Amino acid sequence: MGKHKLENTLNELKATGKPLFIPYMMAGDGGINQINERIQFLEECGASAIELGIPFSDPVADGPVIQDAGLRALQEGTTLKLVLDEVRKQKESRNIPIILMTYINPIWNYGYEQFAKHCDTAGVDGIIIPDIPMEEEEDIAAALSNQSIAFIRLAAMTSPDERLEKIAQDSEGFLYAVSVNGTTGERQQHDKNTLDYLKKLTALSSVPVLAGFGISNPEQAKSLAAYCDGVIVGSKIVHLFAEGKQTEIKELIGETVR
Amino acid sequence: MQSYTFPDKSGKYGKFGGRYVPELLMPAVLELEEAYEAAKNDPSFQEELNNYLTEYIGRTTPLYEAEQLSKHLGGPKIYLKREDLNHTGAHKINNTIGQALLTLRMGKKKVVAETGAGQHGVATATVCSLLGLECIVFMGAEDIKRQKLNVFRMELLGAKVVGVSQGSATLKDAVNEALRYWVNNVHDTHYIIGSVVGPHPFPRIVRDFQSVIGAETKQQSLEKQGKLPDAVVACVGGGSNAMGMFYPFVDDKEVALYGVEAAGKGVTTNEHAATLTGGSPGMLHGTFTYLLQDEAGQIQEAASISAGLDYPGIGPEHSHLHDTGRVNYPSITDEEALEAFQLLAKLEGIIPALESAHAVAYACKLAKEMSSEQSLVICLSGRGDKDVEQVKAKLEENSDGEA
Repeated sequence: MGKHKLENTLNELKATGKPLFIPYMMAGDGGINQINERIQFLEECGASAIELGIPFSDPVADGPVIQDAGLRALQEGTTLKLVLDEVRKQKESRNIPIILMTYINPIWNYGYEQFAKHCDTAGVDGIIIPDIPMEEEEDIAAALSNQSIAFIRLAAMTSPDERLEKIAQDSEGFLYAVSVNGTTGERQQHDKNTLDYLKKLTALSSVPVLAGFGISNPEQAKSLAAYCDGVIVGSKIVHLFAEGKQTEIKELIGETVR
Repeated sequence: MQSYTFPDKSGKYGKFGGRYVPELLMPAVLELEEAYEAAKNDPSFQEELNNYLTEYIGRTTPLYEAEQLSKHLGGPKIYLKREDLNHTGAHKINNTIGQALLTLRMGKKKVVAETGAGQHGVATATVCSLLGLECIVFMGAEDIKRQKLNVFRMELLGAKVVGVSQGSATLKDAVNEALRYWVNNVHDTHYIIGSVVGPHPFPRIVRDFQSVIGAETKQQSLEKQGKLPDAVVACVGGGSNAMGMFYPFVDDKEVALYGVEAAGKGVTTNEHAATLTGGSPGMLHGTFTYLLQDEAGQIQEAASISAGLDYPGIGPEHSHLHDTGRVNYPSITDEEALEAFQLLAKLEGIIPALESAHAVAYACKLAKEMSSEQSLVICLSGRGDKDVEQVKAKLEENSDGEA
């Protein structure tokens, strides 16, 4: 379970030569009872793993689409605890790895040790925390490590080489390569610097490298995945779920991983 | 010999502070730390800064003996540190001028800032105009409605004011949006944060630039009465005027320090901004500090009659000074602040900012426990012209209620 499940799954998929695809969904957007249904749907669409966002009142790394989805989820009464309870219900029947993306404050209030234990019980395999740089990671990293939960690090295009090296070395499960200099949300295109950056990270990292932020269509996804191991798509998926356009989600994932 | 040496190398004040920001911002935060260290030790930077403080901002500000107020309260000798006499009418500019000079030093041409009532926004727009920097200010849509004149003032000074309608559309959301703007434009933009909050090194930089307040007060007190004051009172939202006032006194244990939080409609209601009284520790806007939050770690709205104190967090150094007991953090309600606002206008001919009125109100209480041989300094952080319309409406509303 945990870190090993995530790493094994991603490495097996990577070995097939197709790009990895991790969709992001906001837990509780559309109702807490939708969480497991949507996870299953995304798995059927061909997702490699699921990134499940925990809503936060002040999400500074997110653009408007995910901010709004977070507010809707909070209005539904979504909390980290309710999400873990919900995810635990399908633990036995679920194959696809689950990754939680949450800002640090909800985890701090939950208690680091308690959080890691409950992630393990719920069958959560990895954690992404956008507002924990290496300087502040010691305590939470130790708690996750005790339960063998993958602590997925984020790299940024602004990071100098020595930071990229450390981030790539430390990351577990996969390495999250933030591929725009900005917040989450759709972008028209990624430039050559982005491609060089992805190549550099792929060379440095012993775990798969996935590009995320700003990706919204199969062409973009494939062009980036040519320089790394796959992509994470957030705002676009969140938007399509909110609009009830499940067919388009299926096409987006299907065309990318084909 | 200074025994208080916080923050430590990692930007912590005891367990508080730190740098809880996305990796994308870390290089900028580290660059700022380096640039600040170099500037601090560069006599030419200090000389330039001091020149602006004197010639442009109008420092030194007086430490004024408020005889009527002292007589009225019948206790200690009361002094007002007149930060309201600074250019732009508040202490905010002590920090913005320093950070704008740092911006130039880092070779950046653009500045982003957040503002609540507009005081920090005006102080930022002012120095950007002075130094030829491009300036964008994020302000909650609700605050824009309440503070139209300050919006015009910023625009007059050449700044672009952007309304924030996300979340509660107030200061907290303006900070979020300013941080997001910084994330998207970090290569050519510096974020001039307005209080002793945010990721390290911001709380330290803002404190250091504001500590001119406490340093002058200390010297002036020695000149005027041959001793340090017995008590010093300042209002606390994020806490920049208080931190600037307290810092030079931290090692002087004989000086009692009071940071006055906004109790809004009362700390037992849901409508207050008394973070240390009613909050718990957590991470917001890049720092670990006391916050108003629910059990699940979602940040709650703050509420105060004073827009400048209306923030659900507080500077991490205040959290540390609170937990160590060096500074006391009482709170004052909207009603008490309104009374003090009028009292100071009537007795001394000085209309204080509503923020500063919280400090005046607490000083009135404290004075009752002090003797005539003692002295008390109030940090009068800003002038109240910006608040007269709101106060007028509030007083009319109150008298209607009684009629």
